[in-house]
Amino acid sequence: MSSEEFVPLSLTPLLIGTFAAVACALPGNFLVLRKQALIGDAISHVVLPGIVVAFLLTGAISTWPMMLGAAGAAIVAVVLIEAIRRLGQIEPGAAMGVVFTTMFAAGVLLLEQTDTSTVHLDVEHALYGNLESLIWLDATGWSSLWDLEALAGLPSELSRIALTLIGVILFTWLFWRPLKISTFDEGFARTIGIRTGALGMALVITAAIAAVAAFDAVGSIIVIAMFICPPAAARMMTNRLETQIICSVVFAITSAVAGYVLAGYGPLWLGGADAVSAAGMIATISGLILALTAMFGPCRARVGVQNSS
Amino acid sequence: MLDLVADQGAKVAAQGLVASPLAIRGLTVSYGQKPAVFSVDMTVQPGAMTAIIGPNGAGKSTLLKAALGIVSPLSGQVSVFGRPLEKQRARIAYVPQRASVDWDFPTRVIDVILMGLSRELGLLRRVRARHVSYAKECLKRVGMQDFADRQIGQLSGGQQQRVFLARALAQDADLYLLDEPFAGVDAATEKAIIEVLKSLKEAGKTVVVVHHDLATVTDYFDHVFLINTRKVAEGTVAEAFTAETLQSAYGGRLATAQIDQISRALG
Repeated sequence: MSSEEFVPLSLTPLLIGTFAAVACALPGNFLVLRKQALIGDAISHVVLPGIVVAFLLTGAISTWPMMLGAAGAAIVAVVLIEAIRRLGQIEPGAAMGVVFTTMFAAGVLLLEQTDTSTVHLDVEHALYGNLESLIWLDATGWSSLWDLEALAGLPSELSRIALTLIGVILFTWLFWRPLKISTFDEGFARTIGIRTGALGMALVITAAIAAVAAFDAVGSIIVIAMFICPPAAARMMTNRLETQIICSVVFAITSAVAGYVLAGYGPLWLGGADAVSAAGMIATISGLILALTAMFGPCRARVGVQNSS
Repeated sequence: MLDLVADQGAKVAAQGLVASPLAIRGLTVSYGQKPAVFSVDMTVQPGAMTAIIGPNGAGKSTLLKAALGIVSPLSGQVSVFGRPLEKQRARIAYVPQRASVDWDFPTRVIDVILMGLSRELGLLRRVRARHVSYAKECLKRVGMQDFADRQIGQLSGGQQQRVFLARALAQDADLYLLDEPFAGVDAATEKAIIEVLKSLKEAGKTVVVVHHDLATVTDYFDHVFLINTRKVAEGTVAEAFTAETLQSAYGGRLATAQIDQISRALG
């Protein structure tokens, strides 16, 4: 493919897919280790009432109010989950289950009971996003990267997900030590003065923001897959958290790039006529990577001597 | 209410307890309806080795966790070396129960010890060679110097317990609080741990241990705190570890034969 074709049609979807994958995979590492990985699933459900409320308030489908509505709903959900977990003293999975089904149901109810029939909120769009449509029509080739006029035509999803990714990287880098210590040993973390409650909340809110930004660009399939598959696959490749993080980023990027290319050209190579969903293929590749590491990864066995010694 | 607090503070000061490494007043902790710890006062003697003993579910671990701010008490005050807990965190080292963490966590032994240096390393300071060699020294004190690069999941229960103790040593604290350090460990580890604890005491540190093995209390400790939700007895082993106090803490759960045995051991 020539650069005249690649830059306008494929560069931005590739970058957006990659950034979204990495932004979800990074906090996913800690969520998987804290047994809170389902939070990605929960968030992608609870954004529905937020989006509907934002639409009802503004009366239009515009990106920022909907993003804010989604982020607001995600944060409400995260706070509710923590509150139910602490007050009810139940495990996080149960608290998530209660909150996300209730909020999703509330979203459906709102959608049905209000005059939102004109809104295009269909299932396919929510699940698979519209990665292939995030093209950069102003670009003519690589030289457009230095052309301010062409750069102004970049899809706004790209700058949002790029900013989100920078935020996620900064959070992970800055709070690396407290995150690691409190994930491993929460009691000890408290005794050395780490505010584990606030830190855990900050982690899920970071994950929620990443999920909403990614959801906006690429749909919920990628969000759910990227929170779990790259970190879980990376865990089977190494016994060191530092290496696990790097592995998970490599797996996320591999899934995004290979998934996008295979979705676009795979069917043609097989003699078919149409491309398949890029988001679906990216999620599939991440699942395949997880399956491969689960079968052949060097650290997949629970080597631990049982605690009874 | 404020008067009451001030009054209590004055009483504590009058009794000369301000410098106690760990002074607890009126501590009540509850999980749900039933209190786990009810209105407990405790004054740990400086430079002593104190055992917290009591039957299962008597609130031993909860007392320790509430004293450290890991669980929030319903009421009560904690002071550490005469000042509020939050200002004295650097002087405390805590060894949690071994089973309270997931040992499949992807990290190496040396990284766990370096967690004990968190205060010095802060958020972003680089780990330098002197930090690593200090951490290895701490491992050597518990006889684990050859395990620095092991994945923690590869350790036996006793080795895990020693790693936790080494992390506490790395904190270089004045007050060491250990939750069941001898639970389910091999004899060699038990010996290694008690030797380290005795060396801490010789260095003037204060050691408090949640302990379950009544048979070793007189050998290992010089002070005892007996609890069964409420405080039952507190003092030197001779004062507080008697057939009567044990009967009152354990009730029918301690066989008379066991008490006789302990009485004989106490002479």
